[in-house]
Amino acid sequence: MSMDERLVDIYRMMNIIRKFEEHAYELFGRNLLRGSVHLYAGQEAVAASVCALLDDDDYITSNHRGHGHCLAKGSDPRYAMAELMGKETGFCKGRGGSMHIADFGKGNLGANAIVGGGIPIATGAALSAKMRGTRQVSVAFFGDGASNQGIFHESLNLAAVWKLPAVYVCENNGFGISVPVRESTSVPDIAVRAAAYGIPGEVVDGNDATAVYAAARRAIERARAGEGPTLLECKTYRWFGHWTGDPQVYRTREEVEAWKEKCPIKRLRAELLARGLASAEALDELEARAEQTVAEAVEFAISSPEPDPARVMDDVFYEGGASL
Amino acid sequence: MSTKTYAVAIRDTLAEEMRRDPAVFVMGEDVAEQGGIFGCTRDLYREFSKDRVRNTPISEAALVGAGIGAASTGMRPVVELMYMDFTYVAMDQILNQAAKIRYMFGGRARVPLVIRGQQGIGRGNAGQHSQSVEAFFMHIPGIKVAMPSTPADAAGLLRTAIRDDNPVLFIEHKALYAVKGEVPDDPEYTVPFGSARVVREGRDATVIATHLYVDKALRVANTLMKEGISVEVIDPRTLIPFDEQTILKSVAKTHRAVVIHEAHKNAGPGAEIAATIMEKAFDELDAPVLRLGAKACTLPFNLGLENAVVPQESELLDAVRRVCYR
Repeated sequence: MSMDERLVDIYRMMNIIRKFEEHAYELFGRNLLRGSVHLYAGQEAVAASVCALLDDDDYITSNHRGHGHCLAKGSDPRYAMAELMGKETGFCKGRGGSMHIADFGKGNLGANAIVGGGIPIATGAALSAKMRGTRQVSVAFFGDGASNQGIFHESLNLAAVWKLPAVYVCENNGFGISVPVRESTSVPDIAVRAAAYGIPGEVVDGNDATAVYAAARRAIERARAGEGPTLLECKTYRWFGHWTGDPQVYRTREEVEAWKEKCPIKRLRAELLARGLASAEALDELEARAEQTVAEAVEFAISSPEPDPARVMDDVFYEGGASL
Repeated sequence: MSTKTYAVAIRDTLAEEMRRDPAVFVMGEDVAEQGGIFGCTRDLYREFSKDRVRNTPISEAALVGAGIGAASTGMRPVVELMYMDFTYVAMDQILNQAAKIRYMFGGRARVPLVIRGQQGIGRGNAGQHSQSVEAFFMHIPGIKVAMPSTPADAAGLLRTAIRDDNPVLFIEHKALYAVKGEVPDDPEYTVPFGSARVVREGRDATVIATHLYVDKALRVANTLMKEGISVEVIDPRTLIPFDEQTILKSVAKTHRAVVIHEAHKNAGPGAEIAATIMEKAFDELDAPVLRLGAKACTLPFNLGLENAVVPQESELLDAVRRVCYR
């Protein structure tokens, strides 16, 4: 697929993610979802553009705001929505919920409810790829908050020392829950921390799908070439609160509205039209199909069975024989 | 059979498993040229290269996390932690990640990860290098806990751990490394998890002991034999899974039980074992189950103080006499 064709596909995926999050928000309001639901709306360009460059057998780890990464990695929205509703048909059979979606068949090693918890796991998957001599890469998605965890430092140092095929994608959305980055983080650009590990660090406009795509391509090509890891910081903004019930006392409506003007989907649409890569009708059609895909996922999830409480103890341990 | 030390039994088993399965590899602090500071990986890098015997930075959390990532993607890592006390540095990765991944993800993941290293007293290592950590890991579902007390069990249990598709915390004891014993030469020799070893048969009281206390219990049993008390000694060998049947069967015979370990007595493994006996074999008991474990006190440096914190043989003697009303 050429980069231009990929951009149209990224647009399609960004719309699926946006619709998924809008439906999730609405379902939460109707008490059809419980627990903590952290919505990705506003950040879609990051997951969609990075994952457009990955094959099914490339790895990602994700975080608590993980629906976008999961869908962008190619997972079926029906099983993702079913997991949000805790249904037996969900990716985790209702054991994980919104913060713990994994899809090993698509290389998604899991979302994570511990901030930074997935970073070393992606690092280990990169080590595994290197030791097995494959051309797989491993991408860790995490937020600005995770870059202040010790495990971020440990993992990037390890990946740099071992020249692992890893890409560290920091989605800087401006806040760790309510605390702005300037109050929590010693540098305005998290990407500069790459220098501490002797690896490339790059700041990119996370609302610009084309820019994210170009930067991620450099990082992924570098990883596949055996040249080691990259830290990519994507500056973006989340439209919803930290979670669905967040009163959002830490920011103004004007600030949110200003960022909505910088909507990554609108921006990519304008670019696709301006460059003549797609017609308005074709893009409308993609958007309508995204809505339909997600509506079907919601239907599927609602009509799916609840897990059987008699089987609650299943899968604490793998009980079969050794796999080798 | 060959006579070898506990440390060599571990090293030889690692080597045999690495020869058998290219997915098995070792990583940890100082494991290559140094051979691990207790020699459990000595010379392995010569045969398997430093790619499969990896020196790592002092980053225990990343080390365990990288092990999880590798284990989830087709490798079978054995992560060495120099001291079991360092599990606390990596607790999130062990208990929030490794132990939960399979369950949280609906049974669709396997994490064949071994975390091994040594713990315990005996070298004057004080509060942050002498602790017994097993109780923490018994409490959180999803990780197995093995505690070999002999060279043969070290070999057989480690082979089972490496071949297990679940995370295993493999707890060695620093004071056992130099202990020699007979170890089967069979490179397929395994000891199944959840099978306690009846170390010595007896009629009058059951002593359930781990690590160093297995040998101490045997000495106590020999002493008490002269007093006409016949002591059965059982080593659970793995705490998760736990072989209830062997212990309950023994208690049904002896009607008395004492649990002894080096871990703190408060909320320690003995509490779990004693409660299990009382819940499931109360009618068999002729005396309350007694627990012996370290005092609720940080492990001190000074030898005399260290010995004052952990249970002594004389205390076990008294405890067995007490449950026998002697």
